[in-house]
Amino acid sequence: MTPEILDRLLAERSAGRPVALLTRLSDGHQCLWPDDACPGALAEAAAAALRDDQARTVTLDGEPWFVHPHNPPLRLVVVGAVHIAQALVPMAARVGFAVTVVDPRRAFATEERFEGVTLSTDWPDEALDALRPDARTAIVTLSHDPKLDDPALDRALKSPAFYIGALGSRRTHAKRVARLKEMGFDDAAIARIHAPIGLDIEAVTAPEIALSILAEIVAVRRGAALAARRQPSSPNTAAA
Amino acid sequence: MTTSDSEDVLGTAAQWRAAGETVALATVVETWGSSPRPAGSRMAVTASGRMAGSVSGGCIEGAVADAAKQTMATGAPQLLDFGISDERAWEVGLACGGKLKVFVEKLS
Repeated sequence: MTPEILDRLLAERSAGRPVALLTRLSDGHQCLWPDDACPGALAEAAAAALRDDQARTVTLDGEPWFVHPHNPPLRLVVVGAVHIAQALVPMAARVGFAVTVVDPRRAFATEERFEGVTLSTDWPDEALDALRPDARTAIVTLSHDPKLDDPALDRALKSPAFYIGALGSRRTHAKRVARLKEMGFDDAAIARIHAPIGLDIEAVTAPEIALSILAEIVAVRRGAALAARRQPSSPNTAAA
Repeated sequence: MTTSDSEDVLGTAAQWRAAGETVALATVVETWGSSPRPAGSRMAVTASGRMAGSVSGGCIEGAVADAAKQTMATGAPQLLDFGISDERAWEVGLACGGKLKVFVEKLS
């Protein structure tokens, strides 16, 4: 790899632009898609690799090429700059998420509580309008306050976010479901919300709850079989 | 998350190079069976022996680092094959199982 290619890869990443590195395995010749003029068949493979976020080898004129997608990081939007958020944010960053914490309550969303974290003190609906969540975004609501969580869920459900989770017990969630129905969401839309949030690991402390949330996000992202993990009669009301 | 890594191997490689080190990059380009790291996983090594990232669960990093030293010396990239059915893989101890190909290139 030339230093020029490396610098461009790092620059594209800083700018949050998806780019694919194409390497001819016989001699190491490289180009970057979409910036460089790459042969048509490689361009198609590069687009597909970026779409699936999966590297692959393709053969062009009898020569194997390695097609290596470099997508911007997955994003996590955390609504509610609460204690669990303080535990969740560094864990999620370590797993590779670009994290934004949203909370208009300035007593919560402080630099002291979230050192070096991207904070938004806009109202959650406005914050999410600005962030434009895509299919590589997870959104969790942790504030326990319908004034903050509901507008966030409204925007989340109108987005293609791959994961939406809401903190709160079954009872809290039942009330939330009723409110969301009044807002016009049907059962299928509401079923996208993971609630009570997180894998059922009997989490008690804030870091444990954060772990259960992050594990669930990873599981959904990876298509893990999670069905039937909770029985309706389960006594678990984690993080009520 | 499939191909990106929270550990910033490329950034580390760039820093090492800026500090005057000779650097090689190793990338998993193909896997079969139960290889522990997916295609796209990367490792950076320096001629001075520093390592960042990984291309397996730790089974073949030593062999890859040896090959990288060669590539740093000659400048010629290499495509390495590791497999459970391969005598060499037994030698280097691919205890993780599976098969994989690793592309090794000099940063220059």
